[in-house]
Amino acid sequence: MPDYLPHTDEDVAEMLGFLGLASTDELFGAIPAALRLAGGLDIEPGIPEPDALARARARAAANEAGGLVCFAGAGAYDHEVPPVVRALASRSEFVTAYTPYQPEVAQGGLQAIFEFQTMVSRLFGLPIANASLYDGATAVVEAVNLGVGATGRPRVLVSAGVHPHWRAVLTTFAAGTGHRLVEVPLRGGVTDWDAAAADEDVGVVVAGSPNYLGCLEDLADVRRRCDGLGALMVVVTDPLSAGLVKSPGEWGADVAVGEGQGFGTALSFGGPYLGLFACAAAHVRRLPGRLVGETLDADGRLAYVTTLRAREQDIRREKATSNICTNQTLMALTAAVQLGWLGTTGLVEVALRCARGARYCKDALVALDGVEPLTGDTPVLFEFALRLPVPAALAVERLAEEGFLAGVALDALVGAAGDGSVGADDAAHGLLVAVTERRSRAEIDRFVAALDKAVR
Amino acid sequence: MSRAAGGRASSAPLLGTDAEPTLFELSRPGRAAWQLPTTGVPELPLEDLVPESQRRGEPVPLAEVSERDLVGHFTRLSHRQYSVDLGAYPLGSCTMKYNPKVCDAVAGLPGLADVHPGAPASLVQGWLATLVALEEALCALSGMAAATLQPAAGAAGELTGLLLMRAYDAARGERRHRVIIPDSAHGTNPASVTLGGYEVTTVKSDARGCVDVGALREVLDTDVAGMMLTNPNTLGLFEEDIVEIAAAVHEVGGLMYYDGANLNAILGVVRPGDMGFDIVHLNLHKTFATPHGGGGPGAGPVAVAAHLVDFLPGPRPVRVADPEAGTERYGWATPARSIGRVHGWHGNALVLARALAYIEVHGGDGLLRVAERAVLNANWLRRALSGTFEVPFDRPCMHEVVFSAAGLRKRTGNGAQDVAKGLIDEGFHPPTVNFPLIVGDALMVEPTETESYETLVALAEALQRVAARAEEGSLAGSPRTTPVRRVDEARAARTLVPTFDARRSD
Repeated sequence: MPDYLPHTDEDVAEMLGFLGLASTDELFGAIPAALRLAGGLDIEPGIPEPDALARARARAAANEAGGLVCFAGAGAYDHEVPPVVRALASRSEFVTAYTPYQPEVAQGGLQAIFEFQTMVSRLFGLPIANASLYDGATAVVEAVNLGVGATGRPRVLVSAGVHPHWRAVLTTFAAGTGHRLVEVPLRGGVTDWDAAAADEDVGVVVAGSPNYLGCLEDLADVRRRCDGLGALMVVVTDPLSAGLVKSPGEWGADVAVGEGQGFGTALSFGGPYLGLFACAAAHVRRLPGRLVGETLDADGRLAYVTTLRAREQDIRREKATSNICTNQTLMALTAAVQLGWLGTTGLVEVALRCARGARYCKDALVALDGVEPLTGDTPVLFEFALRLPVPAALAVERLAEEGFLAGVALDALVGAAGDGSVGADDAAHGLLVAVTERRSRAEIDRFVAALDKAVR
Repeated sequence: MSRAAGGRASSAPLLGTDAEPTLFELSRPGRAAWQLPTTGVPELPLEDLVPESQRRGEPVPLAEVSERDLVGHFTRLSHRQYSVDLGAYPLGSCTMKYNPKVCDAVAGLPGLADVHPGAPASLVQGWLATLVALEEALCALSGMAAATLQPAAGAAGELTGLLLMRAYDAARGERRHRVIIPDSAHGTNPASVTLGGYEVTTVKSDARGCVDVGALREVLDTDVAGMMLTNPNTLGLFEEDIVEIAAAVHEVGGLMYYDGANLNAILGVVRPGDMGFDIVHLNLHKTFATPHGGGGPGAGPVAVAAHLVDFLPGPRPVRVADPEAGTERYGWATPARSIGRVHGWHGNALVLARALAYIEVHGGDGLLRVAERAVLNANWLRRALSGTFEVPFDRPCMHEVVFSAAGLRKRTGNGAQDVAKGLIDEGFHPPTVNFPLIVGDALMVEPTETESYETLVALAEALQRVAARAEEGSLAGSPRTTPVRRVDEARAARTLVPTFDARRSD
């Protein structure tokens, strides 16, 4: 059966002859014979493409979630991705290139990332944005690393309003860096900063708005506290919220991070996503990851190139600002295309429609007997948490049978014991619901009716 | 007559070396491309939705372009971008092989691409089956017991591996401080070591381009948590003393970490587990042909030997027996002493699905052929060009070969980077230059298995012509055939214009 290898038998024979070898096996003479794998790999023989595709289709068909009307969010959103964005983002010139180590043959990708950086900078209201990180979670890790590096103080206050998985990732990596993370609990859906012992050791404060429960927080208060502590202010945000609310930069954030999946990338079972990272100019030399800058070529023409490379691992090695090499460039380019498609007016329109859908859905749900808002009267933007009269996981299961992915049960995010954001009982009964611009009034009405039945 | 701010009509074709304006320069207030579905949701005003204290004053200024402008702009940008689909891309250490389109088709299946990562396990059985199948294949390939698929790239895998070392040490009641890496290692290795909370101890290479075992023994003691090694190494050479190296590290209680950047060379030939490695990361975007995306996404799963399985990140996809139904289902489980999550969800899932499709179409037999042809191609180039450039370690290589242009520089002033720029004018993407650091003016060439004999001949002849040009004069004028000539990297750092707004405020 043909494969992807272009060599004919004659080619192989001639090439081996050129090398003075009798067989391909002799190419591996440097490998001690005792180590060689006898009997081949324990992996089944290759199958033709159509068979592999059929197998993948069968697996895809076994994902019932894919066919449900999506009311789940929690950092992954079912936004509109138009055909034009899919077409441009899947151009193989972008898809099959790599890191632009040779800028003269990579001006297209470099310019697209330059435009992406400009867009992220404007969304976050901060002058410097990098070329992407892996996802929102690792963007928070890098923000904390930058903050501790800049202040020299390893104590970090982290709002429990930051996505529970992202806090978990932060905790995992703190085992290596030694940063001391202090979780600051939520009260009524917003961070109770007074609950944190504010001492002089605090180098970084990580706030979220809208936080993972959808609530808008008072970032002016966070700025004041950071000033008092001499700490760096990191804001975790949903970048789509920039369509409606003030940017992290306007609130005085030193670093802003977020998840950029909503800009043109499908739900994708959680990846590849897009870590967004922006910061104040003062921190540019601590910036993690790649940065594209403008320059001139030998003839004085405008050109683009990755810059401030001395921060990066391949140059700076153990003293680099981060270990990241391969990032999420294709998702960044996709976001640039999507934001180009949305433009100034479209970003506002999408954000407005999401907020309207969330409001309409929330009002209808909390009107149901026994269903309450988990975060009281606190203003929410695109998603909201409910307390159901039955375990939320059970409601999700029942609603799947009615054709809905009802949301994410809070205990699936924070664990059965709860955490600083919700207690154990709210974790069990809490459901996080998101509404995007793709959900129609009719879908929402049917969802509300179905949920009413599912919680009885 | 109205023109875009860039001075050109917004969809004028790009000719020769014309610059493409930024999207912001093509913008005209009043133009738009977005179209959103009819929903019937009540249209509450902004004032009813967002408290005044939070409300933004002016909208975020983004470009305002028509769909046609958008297509023109990004299509023209794509014409200014070299790619694997366009031609050979022998960028050493990056394994720029052809990316089979069937894998993209798999990743594009709505039943995979449109699945929310927070859905309960019962609703994502197909995804869990995909992940488990991939994990099992990666374990079979690497000779390991289990793997995490969460790390989003090789460097993320490295850091995950180092945190596994820490957790392993802590479980033994130890706190070790040093990790050994060879001087030929990728820069991600030392950077990851630092983030893992360890200090780097560098061990030098010997005259044969491999780890100097004597020097290694001198730095080994019970403060060493482990050693990170790429094998074949970044010189494209197999570390022939690997068994002795692994035994020496194990003897002091250290763990062996395999950097899988160069796994392509040994698929089906030898397994890291059989060489004595305890932790292995694999770069799916290299070895398993998932497209590099212009710099990502990748995926860097980490496979481990049995004694480390308990520490893997969680939750992990697992098989769950359903004794009642007598069938098998899939679920999530977090290992008892897990280091925790290393990704916001489950890893770069669509990259993982592509890699599984690649493994399935190749099979165990096909993967061995991949390694054989990759090594054959590299050795053919080594021999074909050994009279053109120095080969600092001239013996059979694996998947890549490192030449040196140091002699050329001495004779002519043209170094590795000049050769690279000259090769661009021959139509090829250049090799990796000036790495590994232990070779002066290194040219690291990795042709990969998907380039044909004819392409290799053409590449060799092109490099010979470049070398001949270099002997005759300066290559400083190259490249000449690209949209821009050689770019001034120092200027970019000096003036720092990282956004369009910074340009305008100059």
